[in-house]
Amino acid sequence: MATTTTVRPTAGVGLDLPRSAGRMTFAGALRSEFTKIRSVRSTYWTLLAMFAVVVGFGALASYGAATHQHGPEFDPTMQSLGGLYIGQLIIGVLGVLVISSEYSTGMIRTTLTTNPHRGVMIAAKGVVFTVVAFVSSLVTSFAAFFLGQALMSSHHISTTIGSPNVLRAVIGGALFLTACGVLGFGLGLLLRHSAAGIGSMVGLLFVVTILVNFLPQSWQSNIDKWVPALAGGQIWMTKALPRGSTPMFGPWPSFAVLCGWAALAVVAAVVLFRRRDA
Amino acid sequence: MIEAQGLTKRYGDTLAVDDLSFSVEPGKITGFLGPNGAGKTTTMRLILGLDRPTAGRVTINGKPFDEVDQPMRQVGALLDAKAMHGGRSAYNHLLCLAQSNNLPRRRVGEVLGLVGLTSVARKRAKGFSLGMGQRLGIAAALLGDPQILMFDEPVNGLDPEGILWIRTLMKALAAEGRTIFVSSHLMSEMENTADHLLVIGRGRLIADCTVDEFIAANSQQNVRVRTPQPDLLAKLVAAAGATVREDGDGSMVVSGLDPTRVGDLAYDNAVRLHELAPVHASLEQAFMELTASSVEFHAGVPEAEQPVLAGKGA
Repeated sequence: MATTTTVRPTAGVGLDLPRSAGRMTFAGALRSEFTKIRSVRSTYWTLLAMFAVVVGFGALASYGAATHQHGPEFDPTMQSLGGLYIGQLIIGVLGVLVISSEYSTGMIRTTLTTNPHRGVMIAAKGVVFTVVAFVSSLVTSFAAFFLGQALMSSHHISTTIGSPNVLRAVIGGALFLTACGVLGFGLGLLLRHSAAGIGSMVGLLFVVTILVNFLPQSWQSNIDKWVPALAGGQIWMTKALPRGSTPMFGPWPSFAVLCGWAALAVVAAVVLFRRRDA
Repeated sequence: MIEAQGLTKRYGDTLAVDDLSFSVEPGKITGFLGPNGAGKTTTMRLILGLDRPTAGRVTINGKPFDEVDQPMRQVGALLDAKAMHGGRSAYNHLLCLAQSNNLPRRRVGEVLGLVGLTSVARKRAKGFSLGMGQRLGIAAALLGDPQILMFDEPVNGLDPEGILWIRTLMKALAAEGRTIFVSSHLMSEMENTADHLLVIGRGRLIADCTVDEFIAANSQQNVRVRTPQPDLLAKLVAAAGATVREDGDGSMVVSGLDPTRVGDLAYDNAVRLHELAPVHASLEQAFMELTASSVEFHAGVPEAEQPVLAGKGA
């Protein structure tokens, strides 16, 4: 049979690849996972959407703040970071997709047959996602802050990065987004399905936050501080809560609560991942 | 060398792989044969550590695959041509795999050239045809210049050109001294490529031998005969202990007698012969005979497609 295909499988499949080449390392796994995350479009779209929504909504909220009267409890930092309420869901979606897409596309089978050390592989993926998420979130959070303050400055209600608690809150906004992303990553790995992962992430971060509003006041004072998004949100506020509001932990302990939720999802997922059939 | 001992995998109530023990020897093509659902893919997944065995163990050069230091140098596998992210370019797909094992970046270009995908290296895999996806999967398997290559149903769905390409590639790889472990439910494919056979049915090993041994042991000698007196000849050969089957177009196939005996019988009884030819038993036939009882899902094919003239037996 005539064929137009060039078949030259001999002529050295290996060419001059030394036998010692090709060892699996954590550094190699990191490079590999970075290539994966930067080589699909969904990463860029998701991060761009997060930036646009957080900065855009923050700008709108800051512009709007200028039209209201404000007491001493007004928190211009929080006002400019208001878009984080939506941003948390977008980064959560990316966290889910980074791992669930391996399952939905079947890539996980190729990944694990070339890199069967599951613990190394998943740790590298987690680290790469966390770093990418944190850097993008940091850029987003600072941009939202500065744009928001610029819009409020003409009305003399803005603050500066050097004011008390402000730098902590702006960096905290990035940490908050990153933790929400990691929570999504854990849920994605646990459920191995994009829709299920995104659904449970939105449920945990958003729906729960809304539902607790309808609980009796006495319940809220015990529950609110443990709700992931409510607790996580404390880190990007610069003013103490007004009298009579539901008690919360301080900014850092509250952030630790959110991290605890994310850690719970990730640890459970990794334990199962190492044991389950892929 | 791949070695399995008492390998067993149960999914719920289904016993997919049942106490398999075998070894795949280096330097030859070992065909892994079985009907659909026999447990071939599961066995390969167990070898690669994708699934955990319920019992038993399987090692690659003495170690379970997930303890191997240089996974891509040891084993290249193509289980499923679609096991890749369609949004990633061919180049980046291979690059991320190479990086995970610290293989030099130039290997990506080399294997792309080897499988003939250089011109589409920057295209997203989503747009690839099945044949191109298969080539990309093979490129990935070859990245580490591995000693062992595993292919699960590599010719499934390919056009004749693609089939020829894969067949030639496997032979060339084996000629370089590599171990090739290839599964198929197509016997004709194994007949063309394999040196050694592992046959499974319903998760159990039913044969472990060379292709020639397999055919010799599992199929009878057949002779094709064409005669104007079919009824008489059928009676004669049946009396001599053979089975006769009508083969359409006026010829018949005699099983259990060699051509000389059939010719002599006809001559002694003045039966006119228009054709007398040995029929090479194919691996296909041998396989059907051997696995007839182990096909998991019988398709409900009518019992005998061709009418049996006489002496139904065997």
